Amino acid sequence: MNGENLIFANGLGMIRGARVLFGDVSLAAQPGEAIVLRGSNGAGKTTLLRILAGLTQPAAGDVTRVADVHWLGHRDGLKPHESPVEHLGLWAQAWGGGAVEPVIERMGLTRPKDVPASLLSAGQRRRTALGRLLLVERPIWLLDEPFSALDTNGRDLLLELIAQHRASGGAVIAAIHGEAGFEASGEVAL
Amino acid sequence: MSAAPIRAAFVQAFREAWAGGAGVLLPASFFAGAAMLVPFAVGSDSAQLAAIGGGVLWVALALASLVTMERLFQADLEDGALDLWVQADAPLSAIAAAKVAAHWLVSGLPLALLSPLLGLMLQMEPDRLPSAMLAYGIGGLAFFLWGAFGAALSATVRRGGLLIALIALPFYVPTAIFGAMSLQAEVPLPLIETLFLSAATLFSLAVAPFGIAAALRLAAD
Amino acid sequence: MAILSAFANPHRFMALSKALLPWLGVSAAVLIAYSIWQGLYVLPPETYQGDSARIMIVHVPAAWLSMSAYMGMALASLVWFVWRHEIADVAAKSIAAFGAGYTAICLATGAIWGKPTWGTWFQWDDARMVSVLVLFFVYVGYIALRAAMDTRQKAARAGAILAMVGAINVPIIKFSVDIWASLHQDASVIRLDGPAMSADYLVPLLLGALGHTLLFTALVLVAMRAEVRLRRADALLMRRMVGA
Repeated sequence: MNGENLIFANGLGMIRGARVLFGDVSLAAQPGEAIVLRGSNGAGKTTLLRILAGLTQPAAGDVTRVADVHWLGHRDGLKPHESPVEHLGLWAQAWGGGAVEPVIERMGLTRPKDVPASLLSAGQRRRTALGRLLLVERPIWLLDEPFSALDTNGRDLLLELIAQHRASGGAVIAAIHGEAGFEASGEVAL
Repeated sequence: MSAAPIRAAFVQAFREAWAGGAGVLLPASFFAGAAMLVPFAVGSDSAQLAAIGGGVLWVALALASLVTMERLFQADLEDGALDLWVQADAPLSAIAAAKVAAHWLVSGLPLALLSPLLGLMLQMEPDRLPSAMLAYGIGGLAFFLWGAFGAALSATVRRGGLLIALIALPFYVPTAIFGAMSLQAEVPLPLIETLFLSAATLFSLAVAPFGIAAALRLAAD
Repeated sequence: MAILSAFANPHRFMALSKALLPWLGVSAAVLIAYSIWQGLYVLPPETYQGDSARIMIVHVPAAWLSMSAYMGMALASLVWFVWRHEIADVAAKSIAAFGAGYTAICLATGAIWGKPTWGTWFQWDDARMVSVLVLFFVYVGYIALRAAMDTRQKAARAGAILAMVGAINVPIIKFSVDIWASLHQDASVIRLDGPAMSADYLVPLLLGALGHTLLFTALVLVAMRAEVRLRRADALLMRRMVGA
């Protein structure tokens, strides 16, 4: 492991109840890299990502984050009465981020931008959540099943965002079922 | 670290609680309904009602504060917003305090504002009603803080409402005692009793947010 | 495998508790038997309260244990929270069950004593009984919260948070209840201020308190040993699962 890593983890282990999810996982991501987490349902991909994000405490091992993290869980984080504009505006305010309108436009949410989240489709909610990644620049993206609920357009859009993020020196660690659709720098199997 | 996430947490919690009106109307209706049941249960004798009216409203206030708690953090946990707040660049205890404050403004303060009306119906002395309203406002905030602590600890528990009550009710005792004392004092606006009541609320303001924050980290884990 | 060190056997605890248990058990039995024999057969009826004071031989130790067990539980929770010593969580969990038990004994014996003395099973004017009642609910909340958590790790963490926040609150609750009870004191109620009793009760009472404390310690140790074995069995299963 060298000093160029944006994030690295050593000997991560996790126990749930009386069950070992994983025993000894190490990984590192450098600028421009994308790492894909593989494993069947219940193997602990989400838990590993949450440990990397600092949300969950590992039973063993440690994580070092050199740069800021964007976390995108499989739940979108939208409140039922929040429209995409309100949601992104709120987090732009909380994070000291930039303008919301360009993000809305980029994510293809111009039409439903004032519709409360409870009335949006799953794909539209997903796009809103992905929009948070663009509000402020954070070098590490941790994505849990980011393609779920997205249509072909949305999928292409996300691939484009990931490519751009990597080109500008960011790193991506994602749990993905099936085709990644981008060239992974490494895989971690659980 | 900055104050922006704390403000945003307040705005979001206020907006969600306010939206649709249920956040105001349901607790207020519950509060009034619980108070309405009392004359049926204890009899219509005016002197008896006058003696217990203020205390009855304390009990109704405690219960009304609990009924709104179950979804307070559980909803954040289920829709994923909790992850974002736990990661925000501000102390989680301050964010938690902001959320509880917003929740109290929408669901707790109206109960205090409603109390003079219910107090009149329960034969409380009219010149006591303004100071009683103040007491219900101050004490209600303590109820909401400890209720939120119970709610944060039970956030991962399905149908955790009863567990919230079990955890929070012992912590309601000082507020109930000082609150009732302030109503029974000899003068309408008793300084000492109000100070005791405020001290209990300040104490919960100083302790509960840290407990809530620790419990929320656990819920997100 | 590093991860399983979290479940490292508390060998020293098991060895120490095994050596201690027979001594604790025997001395607790002797002391409790002596105090009850004194209380029921030897001591004269108490000067002011008559025969009903004999129940103090059990009531006072139970009251002492209900309070000190909570402090022990909070302390164990703090140790767990700061150092994550597994054994501290085992201790907190075990203390809670028997602490709640002794609190219930304290309430029951208090009620039995109160009926002939005050003419009522529960006297709300008595600040100590009311405090113990609130404490009982604190215990029940703690036990219920632990039981509601879906994994042992979460139960440990949630329990520790509640026990510590509770420990900060208990003095405030006690203080408020004291004030409240002092307000309600009616001149017509003859207030018997607890063990203001004849001196011949003192020695059996103290020996009884010591005996019950030793019994409490023994019970907690037995429960802790069972819990340690349970967790050890889980660790063995896990080791087999990961093939280490």
